[in-house]
Amino acid sequence: MSRFSNLGHRLYQGEVSFDFVGRRKLWYSISGVIVLVAAIGLAMGLHLGIEFKGGSVYTVAKPGLTVSQAQEKADQVVSSHPLVQSTDNGKIRIQVSTEEPKSSDEVRSQLAEKIGVPLDTVEAQVIGPSWGKQISSKALTGLIIFMILVTVYLAIAFEWRMAVAALVALIHDLLITIGVYALVGFEVTPGTVIGFLTILGYSLYDTVVVFDTVKENTKGLTKQNKLTYSEAANAGLNQTLVRSLNTTVVALLPVAALLFIGGGILGAGTLNDISLALFIGLAAGAYSSICVATPLLAQLKEEQPEMKALRKRVLQHRAAADKVEDAVAGDELADEGQPAGMVGQRGRAAGTRAKGRPSTKR
Amino acid sequence: MATPKSRPRDGYPGRALALILVVTVGLVALMFGTGNTKPRLGIDLAGGTSITLTAKSTDPKAINKSNMDIATGIIERRVNGMGVSEAEVQTQGDNTIIVNIPKGGDRQNAADQVGTTAQLFFRPVLAVAPSGVTAPAPTGTPSAGATGTPSATPSAGATPSATAGASAPGSPSASASATKQGRTVGEALAAEGTSPSPAATGASTAPSAAATGSAAPAATGAPSAPATPPAAADLSAAMTQGTVPPELAAAFAAVDCSKPEVRAAQTGPEDKAVIACSQKPENGYYEKLALGPVAVKGKDVSKAQPSLDTQTGAGWQVQLQFNGTGTDAFAKVTGQLATQAPPTNQFAIVLDNQVVSHPQVNGSIPGGSAVITGRFTQTEAQDLSNVLGYGALPLEFAKSDITTVSPALGSDQLKAGLVAGLIGMVLVVAYSLIYYRGLGLVSIAGLIVSAIMTYSIMSLLGGGIGFALNLPAVCGAIVAIGITADSFIVYFERIRDEVREGAPLRPAVQRAWPRARRTILVSDFVSFLCAAVLYVVSVGKVQGFAFTLGLTTALDVVVIFLFTKPLITLLARRKFFLNGHPWSGLDPKRLGARPPLRSSRRRNPSSAAVKEA
Repeated sequence: MSRFSNLGHRLYQGEVSFDFVGRRKLWYSISGVIVLVAAIGLAMGLHLGIEFKGGSVYTVAKPGLTVSQAQEKADQVVSSHPLVQSTDNGKIRIQVSTEEPKSSDEVRSQLAEKIGVPLDTVEAQVIGPSWGKQISSKALTGLIIFMILVTVYLAIAFEWRMAVAALVALIHDLLITIGVYALVGFEVTPGTVIGFLTILGYSLYDTVVVFDTVKENTKGLTKQNKLTYSEAANAGLNQTLVRSLNTTVVALLPVAALLFIGGGILGAGTLNDISLALFIGLAAGAYSSICVATPLLAQLKEEQPEMKALRKRVLQHRAAADKVEDAVAGDELADEGQPAGMVGQRGRAAGTRAKGRPSTKR
Repeated sequence: MATPKSRPRDGYPGRALALILVVTVGLVALMFGTGNTKPRLGIDLAGGTSITLTAKSTDPKAINKSNMDIATGIIERRVNGMGVSEAEVQTQGDNTIIVNIPKGGDRQNAADQVGTTAQLFFRPVLAVAPSGVTAPAPTGTPSAGATGTPSATPSAGATPSATAGASAPGSPSASASATKQGRTVGEALAAEGTSPSPAATGASTAPSAAATGSAAPAATGAPSAPATPPAAADLSAAMTQGTVPPELAAAFAAVDCSKPEVRAAQTGPEDKAVIACSQKPENGYYEKLALGPVAVKGKDVSKAQPSLDTQTGAGWQVQLQFNGTGTDAFAKVTGQLATQAPPTNQFAIVLDNQVVSHPQVNGSIPGGSAVITGRFTQTEAQDLSNVLGYGALPLEFAKSDITTVSPALGSDQLKAGLVAGLIGMVLVVAYSLIYYRGLGLVSIAGLIVSAIMTYSIMSLLGGGIGFALNLPAVCGAIVAIGITADSFIVYFERIRDEVREGAPLRPAVQRAWPRARRTILVSDFVSFLCAAVLYVVSVGKVQGFAFTLGLTTALDVVVIFLFTKPLITLLARRKFFLNGHPWSGLDPKRLGARPPLRSSRRRNPSSAAVKEA
């Protein structure tokens, strides 16, 4: 762990630096491929749970009851040939379609009787056919409202470019998560929808923290000619990398506990549904705030005239610095005159921390 | 570390810590003081049945808050009318009603009935009797008793309507027995506009009651005579007013409306006479009524609203309006009823075969408008008009989701949630201890404070606003561990950055704060926004999740401001941290602070800063 801690230090000081922003084409292609695969998966369709299709589910717990026995009993009760499965925790799940003429009550009590278990141990869930549609449309409304609000907020708190980049990263995370569901064929339940919605908050949370550092690192950037916006942004990203990783680990730990322990004790259920979606979404969120949101932001910013001018100045300065390298050698400034390929961090973005900091003076 | 005269640069951490300590202890004390020591568990954790009803309408505008509130009220009435106690009915979102029926007993009947369209009918009253009266009735309970003992009924049967009306002129109701039998019979139905004052003012109604009474003596007196034979065991037979149709006589005698299941079980065809019970007790007794065939259907009521009659002093009343079909049927039936004697001049308002009210008719009511008067309170008038207006409510309810969870599964789910939460917490604590060492202890303390506050607030909300902790809410709380811990990480990393820059600990702690604070506020705001939007637009499970997430995010801000920051400020004064002990997590060497040469150059201005402070 101390090596990791050391890495944190070296990252901070710029001794080790990963060029996230510069390799944006790589990230874009990786993300592009993942999103494409996710989109294909989505096109194939999601495996929707009973909540979205309507029907009823009865769960019976009886030691020694096999699926085929249960199927036989269930067929005696239900005319529409129910789907009988065993769950991870040894229970039997009987799924009845909406076409069943008997009322859920009748089915429940008759099942209890046939299988020979007390009535109140039979779990039942009956879902109207339009309920799932309602949940999804509500979730979609929430999603849209949230996106609008958060874009406005980020545009005010930061700037519109950051809002756009954060939004793209958010959609990226959602697509990936939903795509994984489609590809792997996990069942989508209202719990999953909750998970998806939570990713919204989390993905943005992470992006916001990264952007905060980037913003700080690029303050007053145009007043110097040593770093381009992309470089300064990348520097900020590296500084906050350890925090990003820690945050993700810390966020994933409880979710993982929920996923594995909750799932282990209960088998499939709400806990599992929520945490699985969260787990995928969080991982995607950590990746996207570093590899998608920030590079995209840098790209957007570099389009700004003043940032273009800055880039030009920086390049000129570097060319000049290369020529007169000897002349400046030995000066502290040498630290900052690194070749363009290496993103220097030693010098930090000039002027960012000058205020109220006697110690910044060198 | 001499106490500076001016405000120290690092503030007064002790005050903030004391504040949060007081708040936390206060919350816990309140929790124990009010007895809400445990959060109320939702259906999925405690077991029971949860029914989600979704409103549908051909007119999208009809799904609005006031209509939904009326419907919720009716459904609550219906559920409780079915003998299901402690059921809770609440509106969620804009078009959903959730009915939660806790575990125990067979509440399936209720589950089935709820959501079917409520049946509201107006039926003429044929006979009324209190139910379950086993002790000698106190004089005055039965209307016949107005003149004395039950045995006096046959001849007295006619008199009460006149005499009582005269003896109680102050009573706003037209009914003879109003003063004795309570409000239900005391209600009067009158044509609106045409004769509001007769119905409303006590003095003037009395004549009208007398008028109906005068036509009645033969009608009432005779029929009630056969019902009067001294009944030793159950006096209700003796107290029967009116005539029970022969085919129902046996059943009528057997029905005991004091039992909820009996009340709920009464059903009958629309076009035949039926037996029904009153939904609420009157003077301590449920009434049983024999009712004629349906005269007017609830759906023919086009409008019902409470109004306050200030002119005549009748107080709160309910105004009724019928549509075309309703108007005709109502005029016809009121014309017939008005000529009858009590109680057969009464009209029962029947909701799901239970009598909500049975006002007396004073005359034929043409024109489709009527008022029901009585000694209503505003709430009662509102309540009755809600029931009446329900038929006019252009809403239908579809059962979207019915979930029955056995108590065993509920407790399993709760256990799994708690175990997962505990393990998640332990993992996070372990991680922060390994990575942040001494600082990790701060995050543990912060998590504990946060957990205590969350728990006590949830418990208090359970008792206060009926917040029920469901599985997604537990999930939200577990996810929140990450959010809470993350705020610590943001701050710790900032402090370490400052230390790496070569700043001594105390200034580092202070300088790191404004930057960490901004990051934490911005990111928590985003998280809170997410929770708030989810809470507003969502239903059921999602709402529980959003609520916990929002609550814990808000608490996170409180904890980091009032607990973590002051605590670290205090700790930064301790040698263990100040000297960067290897286990403090703030060892400059380990963090790779600037080389000594530079540090020494930096140290001077920095230590100057400390002196300033």
